[in-house]
Parts: sequence; C-alpha cells; structure tokens
Amino acid sequence: MTAELVRGQNHPLPEVRLEIRVSAGTPIVAGATLGDEHGRVHGVEWVAHPGAPTLPGIEVSQQAAADHRLAVDLAALAPSVHRVTVLLALPSGSGGPARFGTVAAPFVAVTGLDGSEVASYTITDLAAESAVVALELYRRQGVWKVRAVGQGYAGGLAELLTDQGLPEAGQLAGSIQEAVIQGLARSVAAPPPRPAGADRPRRTAAPAPGPDQPHGGTAPQGAAGNTSPPQGHHPTSPYDAPGPQDATRPDHAAAQHGGPAPADPSTGTQPAAPTAGGPVNYAHPGRQTTAPPTPPPTAPPARPGQPAQPVAGDATGWSMDERLYNQVWGMFEDLARTTAAYRSAVDFAESRMEQELDKVLSDPRSRIGGQGDAAREAARAKHAELVDQARAALDRDLAQLRAEADVVEPALPPPYASWDNPVWHGYRVPMEIPMALRLGDLHLPESEDVRIPMLVRLPLERGLWIDSGRSGSRDSLVDSEELRRLAVDMAVELAARLLAVHPPGEYTVHVVDPAGAGSSALAPLVRSGVLAGPPAAGAAGVSDVLGRLTQRVDLVQMAVRGGAADSLPPGFDTAEQLLIVNDFPHGFDDRAVTQLRYLADEGPAVGVHLMMIADRQDAAAYGPLLDPLWRSLMRLTPTPDDHLADPWVGHAWTYEPSHVPPGSRVLDHVLTQVADARRSWNR
Amino acid sequence: MTKGQAISLQKSDGGSLTAVRMGLGWQAAPRRGLFGSRTREIDLDASAVLFADKQPVDVVFFRHLVSDDGSVRHTGDNLVGGVGQGGDDEAILVDLARIPVHIDQIVFTVNSFTGQTFQEVQNAFCRLVDETNGQELARYTLAGGGQYTAQIMAKVHRAGTGWQMTAIGTPANGRTFQDLMPAILPVL
Repeated sequence: MTAELVRGQNHPLPEVRLEIRVSAGTPIVAGATLGDEHGRVHGVEWVAHPGAPTLPGIEVSQQAAADHRLAVDLAALAPSVHRVTVLLALPSGSGGPARFGTVAAPFVAVTGLDGSEVASYTITDLAAESAVVALELYRRQGVWKVRAVGQGYAGGLAELLTDQGLPEAGQLAGSIQEAVIQGLARSVAAPPPRPAGADRPRRTAAPAPGPDQPHGGTAPQGAAGNTSPPQGHHPTSPYDAPGPQDATRPDHAAAQHGGPAPADPSTGTQPAAPTAGGPVNYAHPGRQTTAPPTPPPTAPPARPGQPAQPVAGDATGWSMDERLYNQVWGMFEDLARTTAAYRSAVDFAESRMEQELDKVLSDPRSRIGGQGDAAREAARAKHAELVDQARAALDRDLAQLRAEADVVEPALPPPYASWDNPVWHGYRVPMEIPMALRLGDLHLPESEDVRIPMLVRLPLERGLWIDSGRSGSRDSLVDSEELRRLAVDMAVELAARLLAVHPPGEYTVHVVDPAGAGSSALAPLVRSGVLAGPPAAGAAGVSDVLGRLTQRVDLVQMAVRGGAADSLPPGFDTAEQLLIVNDFPHGFDDRAVTQLRYLADEGPAVGVHLMMIADRQDAAAYGPLLDPLWRSLMRLTPTPDDHLADPWVGHAWTYEPSHVPPGSRVLDHVLTQVADARRSWNR
Repeated sequence: MTKGQAISLQKSDGGSLTAVRMGLGWQAAPRRGLFGSRTREIDLDASAVLFADKQPVDVVFFRHLVSDDGSVRHTGDNLVGGVGQGGDDEAILVDLARIPVHIDQIVFTVNSFTGQTFQEVQNAFCRLVDETNGQELARYTLAGGGQYTAQIMAKVHRAGTGWQMTAIGTPANGRTFQDLMPAILPVL
C-alpha cells in the first residue's frame, strides 16, 4: 500500500533495507546526511554525496541524473545515527536550470527491494530554491519512519548543509558541485518524454490512511502533532514551525539570503498557497506544478452541417511533439476503423447477393418467364446500393482525413517529417531526443492518397530489418541488384535520420560491410564523418565490432542487474549504439551469428540497436536457426510492400519508405551539420 | 417500464437519435469472513451485438472493447460492481452516425459472468440513455428479477433514415453473450 505523503506527514517503514527513488525532469544531485539523536551532522564524513557516494548503510549516485536510486540499509547504519536526511540539489555551473521553480516537481518514493512503493512524495511549491531536503528517515523509539519534508534553500547546498549544523558546509558544498561537474561528462540524459501518466506509478487520489496517519485534510497538522519535536533540533525545519510562519517560508528564505530573481512569469503558475490554515497544501501531490503546457490549438467551431476544420496538434499531450504524435496515431486509427466499416459492408453485400442469387437458381418458379432475371437484377441492385452507401461513408471520412493530413504534414518537426518536407532544410542539431521517429508511410489500397506517417517510439524497441530480397515485394520489375542498392540507400537515409534527431554524442553508429558491397551507397555516411569508424570489412572486422558491442551489452546488463549503474568504467560511451550490418551473412562465422542474435535479443534494452540489410534467402543455409532473429526484427522494405498490420483491426498496410527526393542535397546538408556538432562536442 | 414491454421510441422533438449509451450498474457483494477478505464478487457484463440482416457481424464486450469500425465503445470491464447508488458501472457508447451502413440492428445484453442470478444481486439495473441530452430512454431493475443470469435488454435499429429503440427485457440464462445467441435471434 503506497502512502502519498504531503509536506510534514510521516509514515512507518516496514523494512530496514530500502530504496529511495528520485525522479525529476532534469539532472539533479542526490545526497544524504546522517544525524545523531539531536539531528546534528558531526562532520563531512557524515554526508554521502557524489564525491563520497558510500557510507555504512547508505549509497548515493556519483553523478547528477534525472533519476536516482539510493540504497539504504537502516540496520547497517552506525548506532549513533538517528536520522538520514535525503537532499536534492541542482548542479551549478553546468548551464542547467538554477532554480527548482523552473523544472518539473521532483518526485521521491521509498520502495522495498522488490520495487513495491511504501511511500511517495512530490515536492511541490518550490520557486527560487536550488537545494531541498526531500525526505527524512528517522528513528523514534527503535522504529524507523519516513517524513516528507520539502524544505527548500535559495542559498543552495551550502545553506542547506549549514542548516544541518555542519561546520565546513560551504567547503563541502563546493566539493560536491566539483564532483558533479566531473561526473557530468558521463551523465545519462533525461529520458525522452513519455505519455502522461505512463512514467510514474499510478496513484490514487485519496491515500489510504496508515496507522498513524489521520485521514483527510488535517493529516499534516495531526502528524506533526503526534511526533514530539526532536530536542535541540534546528528551528527552521518545517515540521517544527507549523502555522503561518511556514507558509511564508520561501519569501522569508529569499529575503535572508540576498534575494533571488523575481519569479519567472512563465513559471508563476503554481497554485496559490492557501491564505489561511497554515502549511497545508491542498494541491494534489500528483499534479505538476511547473508551467502547464500551452493549451493545444483547437479547431474553430464548425459551421452547422459541416465537419470541423482540422488543426495541426489538435490532440492531447504535454508538448507539441506529443500532440502531433497522438494526432497522427489518431488519424491512423480513424483510417483503420473507417476502412473496416467499409470492408465489412462490402463483404456483407457480396455474401448477401450470392445467397440471393443461389436462391433464385434453386427456385423452380424462377425458370418461368422473366421472374428469375428480375430477381437476379434485384439482388445485384441491392448489392450495388449498399456498396455505394458504404463508399459514400468512406469518402466522407477520407475527405476529412485528407484535410487533416494537409495541415498536419507541414507542421511536423524533422523527426516526424518526410525528407521532402521543407523543415529539413532548416534543420538544426537538436538538444533533446524526440519522442518518436518516422520510418516511412502507411496506406491502404482503398485510399492510396491518404498516407499515414509511421511513427515509432524512441529508443527503438526492436531492431530493423531492411529486406533486400525479392520475397513478398510487389514490385517484381526491380531486379535483385537494384533492390540491394535501394535497401542500402534506405538504410543510409534511416541512419542519417536517427543521427540527426539525437543530440551530439547521444548516438553512435557502427557499420559492418564485410565484402565492401555497399561502399558506394554508404559513402554519404563515411564521407561526412558521422560514423564511429570506417565500415568494418572482412571476417576480422565483423568479429571485432560484434565483440565490442557484445561486451558492452554484457557490461551494462551486469551493472543494471547488480544495481550499480554508476560503476561502469570511466570514459564509457553512454550514447545509444546502432549497428548497421550489410550483406549478412557474408563474413559471419557461427560465433559471429550467435553474437548477432544475442545483440538482437538483449541489445535494445541496454541501448544497442541493430539494423540489418539482408535477403533472407542468402542465409537459407542456416535453416530455421535464424527464424527467431528475423522475427525479432521489424521488417521494412525498400519498395512498397503490404506486410504491416495495425493494432486495432489488423488490416495489411502498405509500407513505403521515405526517400530523399532525387537531386536533393538535404541528406548531405543534414549529415554535415551532424558531423560538425559531433566534432565540437568531442573537443 | 416493465419487463417484456416493447415500445418504439423517437426523440420527443421528432428528430432521431444520434448517440445512445447503455449503462449497467449494480452493488458490490457485501464483504464476508473474519477480516472482510472473503468476498464472493459479482461480475455483471454488458455487451452489444451488431447485426446485418440477422447475421451477427461484430460484438462489443469485455474482450473486444471497440467495434472494428469504431462506432461502438465499451468503457471497460468492471469486475465487482459499484456502491449501488445508481451510477453506471459499465457503459457502452454508440455513435449512431458512424455505424457502418450494413448494420441495421444492435442488441444490448447483460450477463452475470460470476453466475449469480439477478435475485442475488442488489440494486442492479440497466438503462439506455440518449447521450445528446442525458434523457433516460429505458430502465430495467434487474435486482430481484428471478432465477435468471442474463437479460436481452433492448435493441436499437434503423427506421427510415434514423434510428429507433425497442425495449425487449427478455430474461435468459448464460455466462457471456455467446450463450444468448439462440435467445437473441427470435427478437431481431
């Protein structure tokens, strides 16, 4: 049972071995101080921080990150420790946000080792503060409890540590920030945005009352009331000073410490603190208190009798990217469903006509005179009428979808846009990984001109297989050499797109081309210098690249399973890795094939992705051994082919890749920018 | 309205219906056992069967929540019922304007998936609501309704250019809508 704590509330801890999970929208520093029974921190050796991450019973992360998992073993703490204070701070000097008021409210949860949440707390109402005491674990009469604190400090870590009674606070704060800046080089970027509600465990509106957690709005006062204030502890703790004094704390703190900049108007949208009733915050703790997204554009009201005018971004989402993503998926579903209605009606019309014609044939009366002909005619007319009605309904819906596509396509950002979209000419290297990537277009035979962008989430969940074989391809006019060339071209375009939508240093591409068969098509990637190295050739090159990537997957898996994601070797490349394999299985021995299968299975979870350019027939000698490999990859084709199914009705959709228009320089333009950004980032 | 009564409905202003909702509500079983942990939960399920000329074409129920064409949507399976104060615990929304042209009847049914008869279920009801104005078109009290585990509730069918609703209220027995097919066919 998860208790959703509000400021000042406490909750008993059932176990001594716990994990404290922190998630914030931006990289932050997490640390912990240990206090004696008076709450006093005796010295720097009582503080766990990125520069000294491990103390008996507690371990924190070595670097700033958007997500943290702090390991706590209350039984392993020194007997003199009676309080563990979990603190969060924004890293200084890294160009990131300087105040918590401009970032999403940090969320902290205390969980058991199995991941079950014990208590959670969203730290709302922060403004000018750059350091905050998030939680406090404290021992009271032999029992450990957690309390939601949420005390922020505009003066940052130094002020926070001073408040804990630490003599060398300023010096320690400096060395913590130092350690963070050193660690920042290998820091993992914030995860890409996910749909609202999916990123955090679902929480109920009303937390179930715990044994010492009175129900309702009186909880904070009640909780503060039945824990006697610890003796001699510092008077600025929020639970010690309930009442109006606490409600004015941010201003108070600001005035005391030189005064921060006035609240940024764009973030001044936090719910107003209640004017009466003390420190009780009535805002739902699960609700974001940072600037809400600008409202989505909505369609102007429709004139009566006409469908509403479509507007790009007319869907739910926290950002325009997410809205457009949801809108495109909405169009995808609408087209699938309206086509399902049409097909169902046509099927029914046909089966009814057949039945009626059979009946006419078996009816002896129909042989006399023109009765039979008339009945047959009537059956056909009924069929035609129903099909016409169905087609009219389909055309009505298609017209609406076409109008929507006409406004949505030009509004798409580069990751979602096809290569002929002018947005690519104004391409700039992005600062964030986008939510999704366009792999091509989808359409149905009933509506060849309504193209749905095929958007897949990043990072890719499955590898890609660009089928250079003839099997299943509708276009039998293209000879197999031509198909192979088209497949490598398509791989280059997709790789360029993947590189282009990632910030510099976040995506590394390796190429394996054992016989050099794709060297001319791969030239744009090689020439521009966006690859990690030249394409690996020969059996030796293959086994070298596969060996390195396999080792990487092993390392990251071990680190993740061991719960020590921070213990990867220094200089470890944290970028997502893409391996492009051309001409499989040439140059592959049995060991290399095994490694490739391992990468396809285990790689995506740890950021190693596969893009195969292959004709399944070439690997026929392996028999069914490779079937799982092909199945685990998403098959794409260089020419239009109807092999993809939608998730709602299961129509066969025709996939068509997005090719760079002939004669266009857009690919070189984009790759040049990517290469420049990589060079300046590596410097 | 009583069971078995069949009436035709048109909107009072003479227009035809454009969107209807079938709602189903019942009260959760009382808790039993020392710690209230042993419950015998009651799971009623609402389903809608789409017919074209007396042939079932599509079904919306807890395993298939949206008809393929998207016109009929189930709000999701409720396995235990509600507090019994009249709110819908399961609902099926029908957008009549989007129903494929060959579909001419939609039949709504209620089944007791956990097998309790309506006699044992408290405060159970099902109703049809005109979504455009919230007006209740038909309502049945299922509770205390005898030794039945299912009911064929109503049908919505094409009439001219619009739609009409006929209340049916025939009791039947069965766990899911499949068991009811023999009982549905005579009312089409």
